[in-house]
Amino acid sequence: MSAPVLIGYFDNEAQVLDATRAVREAGFVLHDVYTPYAVHGLDDAMGLKPSRLTWVCFGAGLLGCTLALSLQYYTSVVSWPLNVGGKPFNSFPAFIPVTFELTVLFAALATVAAFLARAKLFPGSRRSVLPRVTDDRFAIAVAPREAPSELDAAEDLMRRHGAVATDLLEEVAS
Amino acid sequence: MSNQHLSPLREPLVTEPRSLGQLTEEICAPMERAPTWKWWVAFGIAVSVLGTGAGIVGYQVATGIGVWGLNKTIGWAFDITNFVFWVGIGHAGTLISAILFLFRQKWRTSINRAAEAMTLFAVMCAALFPLIHMGRPWLAFWVMPYPNDRGSLWVNFRSPLLWDVFAISTYFTVSAVFWYVGLIPDLATVRDRAKAGIRKAVFKVMSLGWTGSNRTWSRYETVYLLLAGLATPLVLSVHTIVSMDFATSVIPGWHTTIFPPYFVAGAVFSGFAMVLTLMIITRVVLGYEHLITLRHLENMTKIIIVTGGLVSLAYATEFFIAWYSGNPYERFAFMNRAFGPYAWAYWIMVTCNVVSPHLFWFKKIRTSPAAIFVLSLVINVGMWFERFVIIVTSLHRDFLPSSWAMYTPTMVEVGTFIGTFGLFFTLFLLFVRVLPIISIGEVKSVLGFAREGHAAQPHPPAKPVAEEPHPVAHRPASPVPLAIATRKDAPV
Repeated sequence: MSAPVLIGYFDNEAQVLDATRAVREAGFVLHDVYTPYAVHGLDDAMGLKPSRLTWVCFGAGLLGCTLALSLQYYTSVVSWPLNVGGKPFNSFPAFIPVTFELTVLFAALATVAAFLARAKLFPGSRRSVLPRVTDDRFAIAVAPREAPSELDAAEDLMRRHGAVATDLLEEVAS
Repeated sequence: MSNQHLSPLREPLVTEPRSLGQLTEEICAPMERAPTWKWWVAFGIAVSVLGTGAGIVGYQVATGIGVWGLNKTIGWAFDITNFVFWVGIGHAGTLISAILFLFRQKWRTSINRAAEAMTLFAVMCAALFPLIHMGRPWLAFWVMPYPNDRGSLWVNFRSPLLWDVFAISTYFTVSAVFWYVGLIPDLATVRDRAKAGIRKAVFKVMSLGWTGSNRTWSRYETVYLLLAGLATPLVLSVHTIVSMDFATSVIPGWHTTIFPPYFVAGAVFSGFAMVLTLMIITRVVLGYEHLITLRHLENMTKIIIVTGGLVSLAYATEFFIAWYSGNPYERFAFMNRAFGPYAWAYWIMVTCNVVSPHLFWFKKIRTSPAAIFVLSLVINVGMWFERFVIIVTSLHRDFLPSSWAMYTPTMVEVGTFIGTFGLFFTLFLLFVRVLPIISIGEVKSVLGFAREGHAAQPHPPAKPVAEEPHPVAHRPASPVPLAIATRKDAPV
């Protein structure tokens, strides 16, 4: 993104929700909204779709479950069947605890890995941060659809919705 | 507005009016100032206890576990007691962070970070005991199923001891990941406050380039919910599997089907007691009485009443079934527990776990941090004795009277146990110094909880001119003066 981006700063949750809705309804392109904590209702205001990470979690859980059962079946029945206390080689009920644990392990690690990859979070990231948005400021970043001049209208709109400051940046990290 | 909690029935979670900026200041302050002499004294004691413990462990690894007081009859005693004790304590953190999250208990926000850290440290202490018990801890990797040149000889997947390996390692990994994910936004807050230097560099790496973007927050919330959903059955599975170490054997006193729920209730009971012990000290030392409020303490004592009741019910059920089953060995095991040579341990357990939690029915006691602190210690003692009673009394009277024996711990065993307290407190004291011990982001999100006018809203919103007014724009004005919330140098 190389087009200039207009940043409007707000100092409370209610106003940023309100302004986000207004900016979106007025047809501007919402680049992003930056908040110090997860503001409930902001996803709706921005029109974000529910995350698909739940599918990663389900898939990885399924994979972990399958791998765990296969490993236990292979080691206990195929590779070296050992008679332990006269139990059947494929003692399926006894395999459940390890299967459960590995399902959870795979699902949790894969979900977090997918999240970090999708959100491009990694150690050594050089992304710049807007001032005070991790502390007590909320910021709306608006990108123009066509002409940068229409950002004036966006600025006006955000001011009317309580922006305490506005700023024009050449580029902003997503 | 979805995050407004204006019901008159609700009480604020943060009892003092604070702005967002003030909260950041307050929570970051302890890690940004030089440690006090009290911290150094506490840290010095913890490290020396840890050092002593490490020396003792070194001695027993070099000599062999014959230095313990175990004998042919009592093959499990102090180490397994301590293992179960620490694993139990390690249950409260994930319970608070995952189960209370799923139940939308918003009061959890100011204690979950520290409780999760406590969980991790307790699980580390717990894992040490089986490791030492192996005698040759450098061969610990033998418990993992890996292709080897012994034919591939595999581990026995039907053994609860192996289930334990998977349960504890998964629990530790998932808890650590859950904790770290929860930390990322706060690490970014600390990063953005730090001036250039080592702190800035370290937190820059650790915060992974977090910008506060709502696109990321949206995914983050999904991941957090998923992790909470995964951690909830996980935390229940861990102590269930620990209890199966006992329940799948044929020892009278162990071979019972109520062990899984009984152990899980006991774990939550002892875990909350340990969280209370730590939080009562922390909130006073760091001046967080308005964040970790009396209400938090009271809520936790209520959970203790419930889980204490469950534990008492389990004791009674065990006794009843021992009589009702008509099994003479089972009946003997329980009569011997209550009236045999270890009766003193049994009655300490009953006093601490069955009687003492009932003091929490009194509002006066529930709202007195000093009284809660004493009772939390009593409960921890009681829960340690519970494990001791279950393990030692069940073993010391064998089926064959000729092998009946008594058990006394040696100094090595006692020293190892005390050493793990050194490890636990060393890690906790370091944690208090280097990371925000309260989840800044989550407390900010509940700052406006039950506060009319929203404390986080410093001045009335500008009136939308000409634009058709959004109904949500009409919000009552806040009494908090503009200056406090907008000036960074406002006194905190």
